Amino acid sequence: MGLTVHKYDAVVIGAGGAGMRCSLQLARAGLRVAVLSKVFPTRSHTVAAQGGIGASLGNMDEDNWHYHFYDTVKGSDWLGDQDAIEFMCREAPKVVYDLEHMGMPFDRNPDGTIYQRPFGGHSAKYGEKPVPRACAAADRTGHAMLHTLYQQNVKSKTTFFVEWMALDIIRDAEGDAVGVTALEMETGEVAIFHAKCVLFATGGAGRIFAASTNAFINTGDGLGMAARAGIPLEDMEFWQFHPTGVHNAGVLLTEGCRGEGAILRNKDGERFMERYAPKLKDLAPRDFISRCMDQEIKEGRGCGPNGDYIALDLTHLGAETIMKRLPSVHEIGKNFANVDVIKEAIPVVPTIHYQMGGIPTNIHGQVVVPKEGNPNTVINGLYAIGECSCVSVHGANRLGTNSLLDLLVFGRAAGNHLVETALASRAFKPLPANAGDYSRARIAKLDDSSSGEYPQDVANDLRKSMQLHAGVFRTQKTMDEGVVQVLAIAERAESLSLKDKSKVFNTARIEALEVANLMEAAKATMVSAAARHESRGAHSVDDYSDSVEFPLGRNDKEWMKHTLWYSEGNRLDYKPVNLKPLTVDSIPPVKRTF
Amino acid sequence: MITDLQLSKLRWRCRRGFLENDLILTRLLDRRGADFTTEEHEQLLSLIALDDNDLWEIIAGRTDVFPAGADAMVSILRQTRVTH
Ligand SMILES: Cc1cc2nc3c(=O)[nH]c(=O)nc-3n(C[C@H](O)[C@H](O)[C@H](O)COP(=O)(O)OP(=O)(O)OC[C@H]3O[C@@H](n4cnc5c(N)ncnc54)[C@H](O)[C@@H]3O)c2cc1C
Repeated sequence: MGLTVHKYDAVVIGAGGAGMRCSLQLARAGLRVAVLSKVFPTRSHTVAAQGGIGASLGNMDEDNWHYHFYDTVKGSDWLGDQDAIEFMCREAPKVVYDLEHMGMPFDRNPDGTIYQRPFGGHSAKYGEKPVPRACAAADRTGHAMLHTLYQQNVKSKTTFFVEWMALDIIRDAEGDAVGVTALEMETGEVAIFHAKCVLFATGGAGRIFAASTNAFINTGDGLGMAARAGIPLEDMEFWQFHPTGVHNAGVLLTEGCRGEGAILRNKDGERFMERYAPKLKDLAPRDFISRCMDQEIKEGRGCGPNGDYIALDLTHLGAETIMKRLPSVHEIGKNFANVDVIKEAIPVVPTIHYQMGGIPTNIHGQVVVPKEGNPNTVINGLYAIGECSCVSVHGANRLGTNSLLDLLVFGRAAGNHLVETALASRAFKPLPANAGDYSRARIAKLDDSSSGEYPQDVANDLRKSMQLHAGVFRTQKTMDEGVVQVLAIAERAESLSLKDKSKVFNTARIEALEVANLMEAAKATMVSAAARHESRGAHSVDDYSDSVEFPLGRNDKEWMKHTLWYSEGNRLDYKPVNLKPLTVDSIPPVKRTF
Repeated sequence: MITDLQLSKLRWRCRRGFLENDLILTRLLDRRGADFTTEEHEQLLSLIALDDNDLWEIIAGRTDVFPAGADAMVSILRQTRVTH
């Protein structure tokens, strides 16, 4: 039986901030755009973002894009591509004002300008002093952004396919992307979306770890689809730990807490960040703070009966500031830690939060792969934006608020690139004769299974293993063991079994398909991590510690390069970091201190 | 009692945009999803049709403004929240 074919100029997979910013640009240009989403658009994970969007508006204190550029390069521990970083920081004010014009309800200063709050890693005068750079809508920034973008998309006639799960990319004989297959949950049927271009905006894979701030939906589907289609995944060893995940729950306390003045204390009540980062203190970047917290705990200065957490103290801020600026933090304290943050400190630990790596792209969002000596050869018709992509502006460590910015800048840039390269007048490339067969075979295998393990059992084992072997404490030995274990778990995931074989809204079947994607993301992470013999940004390995030759364990001579992991053959390749910005001087690598 | 299909749909629609809601709703479904009455099911549907932040404000007890007739499910959710 033939599959139903839907035909659109562009098909965007994902209705989070990145997907909807891009679809808006396309729909406004009069293109026929389909946006597929596993969940209702405004329930995408972007809704979780509370802290803000980074842009050097300079509304509170002197700021400009050069300072933002410097902070981002340094934050990335010199693994970020400086052309992409310059592009993002220069575009930042533009995309924020764009949102303002669309009706985004930003917090305001008394003079009517957008209020900006301080955030970790944001500095003026090249690291001299903290500067408020985060533009927020109370602690509902992501929510406000999604609603603004959704309304604008509806107005511009974007077509949404809600509760549709994209399964696989369709590439033709020349390797160009010509569509995707997708499963409609309501009917259980697979259909083809035939398009002139396919854009991935599927978010991160934070659910490969057991302790995560991410919602359950973040299963790295775009990464799985790319990996299965022969596209490498870049820099997957770099995962950001958020310093302030609630101990034992994972729920995130926004960095806005520290922006508003919250302090991290050890069991002696000491504000220990003063020792590690005399200038930025509690506002130093996330990876740095996470490691300092880790060190305090390891050296016996952790809090609580087991000495296994750090105390985040907001009590000095006063009830009024807490309730006005950080109401959700108050709620989270009550509900997930049984603590009233107005009166007492809340237990926190570094928790998995953000995936710096992803599908390799250039600054237009085009997916790029090594081919015939060029490490960045474009795959025609394929784009990736947002957390699933690696452009790479975050390098080895992302600065807070730079993700929402990344979604807006590169979502818009990808849209602009397609409009400027005359997508409207381009012809559709024909679908290959076997389009859809691969996805159908994957589903048939699940439906025909009569024995095997349940998807969630295998996924839980994977999460536990990743937590143990690729968590905030990394050693060469644990990573090497992790590779063996994760590959064995992935093998088990090859023969999953479903109890329920029904077609209509079969959640277990959807979860089994997600597990396949989790496996690709986890293998990429584990294998890339074990191969990188240095410490850099979020990849901090005990074996590669501070030395005269390699300050803080970073080995620029051998390892200032991007990792590329291929699913086929589980093999690695590398490509150079672009240290050349678009118009300004390069920021030369130095030891990262704060 | 709700059907398997209704429960399966509910499970999917209880996949939310942020972790707080995921944790509480999953806890609720695991504990008693299969035993929901038609009325409880309908009440939960009306609540999960809300945006994540609005839903969370209700679950967290920050607001008592919620869809008419959902009182019983709101108290069940709040109870689920505090009984770890
Ligand atoms: C708790 C928390 C707070 C944060 N706060 C901030 C902040 O203040 N500032 C900041 O800059 N960053 C923040 N971040 C990071 C930031 O929110 C995310 O990186 C960003 O929102 C990701 O957006 P996205 O558009 O790439 O993907 P998402 O918003 O995750 O959207 C992914 C979309 O893809 C769809 N999808 C996925 N797979 C499929 C599939 N197979 N088929 C169809 N659709 C699919 C989903 O349905 C969804 O619509 C925070 C992250 C967390 C966890």
